[in-house]
Amino acid sequence: MPKLIPRASTLSTAPAVAWFVVFMVAPLTVLFVVSVGVRGPDGGYAGGFTFDNYLELGNRLAPIWNTLKFSLLGTAVTLLVAYPLAYYIAVKAGRRKLVLLALVIVPFWTSMLIRTYAWTFLLGSNGLPAVLREWGVVDDLRLLNTPFAIVLGIVYNYLPLMLLPIYVALERLDPSLRAASKDLGAGRLATFRQVTLPLSAPGVVGGCLLVLIPVMGEYLIPVLLGGGRSYFLGNALADLFLQSRNWPLGAALAGAFILLMTAILLVGTAVARRLSGAATTGSPA
Amino acid sequence: MSAASKVPTAMRRRKRRDAVDRSLAVYAGLVYLFLFVPIVIVVLFSFNSGRHVTQFEGFSMTWYDQAWNDPMVLEALSNSLQIATASAVIATVFGTAAALAVRRLSPTTQRVVAILTYLAVVIPAIVLGLSILLAFVMFADWANPWLAYLWPGDDAPELGLGKLSVIAGESIFGIALVMTVLQARLAQMDDSLERASADLYATPWRTLRQVTLPQLGSAIFGGFVLAFTFAFDDFIIAFFTRGQSQTLPILLFSSIRRGVNPSINAIATVLVVVTVLALLLALFFLTRRTPGGAALPLLDDTSSASREDPAAPAAGPARTPQERTAEKVST
Repeated sequence: MPKLIPRASTLSTAPAVAWFVVFMVAPLTVLFVVSVGVRGPDGGYAGGFTFDNYLELGNRLAPIWNTLKFSLLGTAVTLLVAYPLAYYIAVKAGRRKLVLLALVIVPFWTSMLIRTYAWTFLLGSNGLPAVLREWGVVDDLRLLNTPFAIVLGIVYNYLPLMLLPIYVALERLDPSLRAASKDLGAGRLATFRQVTLPLSAPGVVGGCLLVLIPVMGEYLIPVLLGGGRSYFLGNALADLFLQSRNWPLGAALAGAFILLMTAILLVGTAVARRLSGAATTGSPA
Repeated sequence: MSAASKVPTAMRRRKRRDAVDRSLAVYAGLVYLFLFVPIVIVVLFSFNSGRHVTQFEGFSMTWYDQAWNDPMVLEALSNSLQIATASAVIATVFGTAAALAVRRLSPTTQRVVAILTYLAVVIPAIVLGLSILLAFVMFADWANPWLAYLWPGDDAPELGLGKLSVIAGESIFGIALVMTVLQARLAQMDDSLERASADLYATPWRTLRQVTLPQLGSAIFGGFVLAFTFAFDDFIIAFFTRGQSQTLPILLFSSIRRGVNPSINAIATVLVVVTVLALLLALFFLTRRTPGGAALPLLDDTSSASREDPAAPAAGPARTPQERTAEKVST
């Protein structure tokens, strides 16, 4: 509506834009400036221009590899758990669809801290291991502070983010395509492999991105469920900023993280676009 | 293949299909158990009378009592409420103002706003948190000597991390959230009502107040509640930007690290209940259709506006879209 005075309406976007610039763009700029700076004598930042911090990261690849390993593993397991459920809700659940979907989302909106805490409570030595000991199933089972606990925490916390895009892809899928495949003599498995799965692939890629990106910045899961033994990027950043106060190195690590994340996002989006292009032209390959 | 042999294979196949369907349903049930059991157990054990974390020894409210009488818990709760309220108000006011206007910007500016919103959503909370930490501390280091120099009295205020930096961080995602919710609602809305209002010589301000905002009311409230729960529950941004201030999630985190303690379950339960109630409230407002009550006073208002104005014929064609929307609302 060009009639409604344009100047006033343009101005009303100003506070939000200003807020984004002051509290998001400017701090991110500061982050990049600090990442090419020098550490002050008692921590903090002391100006300068050097790429030493980025080079120094080469000696500290452990948290980056560890994060990548666990994020990829966790994302893969989340996919395996989420896909059948998404399929069930989208294809089989009928009228209960929306209720089932809402039931996935409700726990997701409760605090991440509490969801992670619930598992420290359950997996801790007084929780599940004690119960199993009482029943005489296993004698000495350690669950908390293991890689298993970390992957479990990832699956538990990020399941909805994986499920929703897959659900949307499956839900959009025209049932007559599956019927046609069956009419043409394909079995259940062949129909799934050649029709359903390729057509839901963009949703799968989208879900994997939605899980992978935030998991890479995860702090609570490795600390509470991994017992600090698995050193993630998040732990390294917290240490560098809050404990040792080596800001330039921490900023460089954060900068590297942003670059890595952007690369994954770009590749993932390109893959998803190609897949959905292939899906609409009907050639699943 | 004879007809006789065909029937059994078909039956067998159907049987197998039923088995697959049934196992899918069982699987779904198991995943839902997996999703809900941990939270339910935390809630259940918050009412445990004993200290034991393995056995349920009887119902009691001891741990709620203990948490409620802990001054540290109360201070953290009050801080969290202040932070969540302030950032939700900022998010709602700024986000609503921006969402309403963004449609009228030039395409380039629209893209800039879209990129900023997207950035606010995809940026990992930990990166935003530590960037704000850096920016606030560096600004304070630069500004504090000036403040001390220019301050008329002796004890100049010291800038630094605290509730304000937490609010700044939480409201970034909040603004993006409110804008996304409202833009989705605006896209569904019939803009002929606004056009009609303008045709009837309502000032833009009046159109906004009497036509646009009443239709958006529930979405705005839903966005407010979502932004509030996000800020109330958030751990990681506050962890980096809080300075010396305590928030409830951070207090909870440090007591979890010190060891499991039943009053943690009580605090966690309160947080879960508050969040779930708020979420249900938000869902109720977000899924509700435009309130039918808003359409009727609107009719009266515009007709009185046209009575004041000699250009009354405009009311004729303008009424049709209103009736159309009124029909849509009532169905």
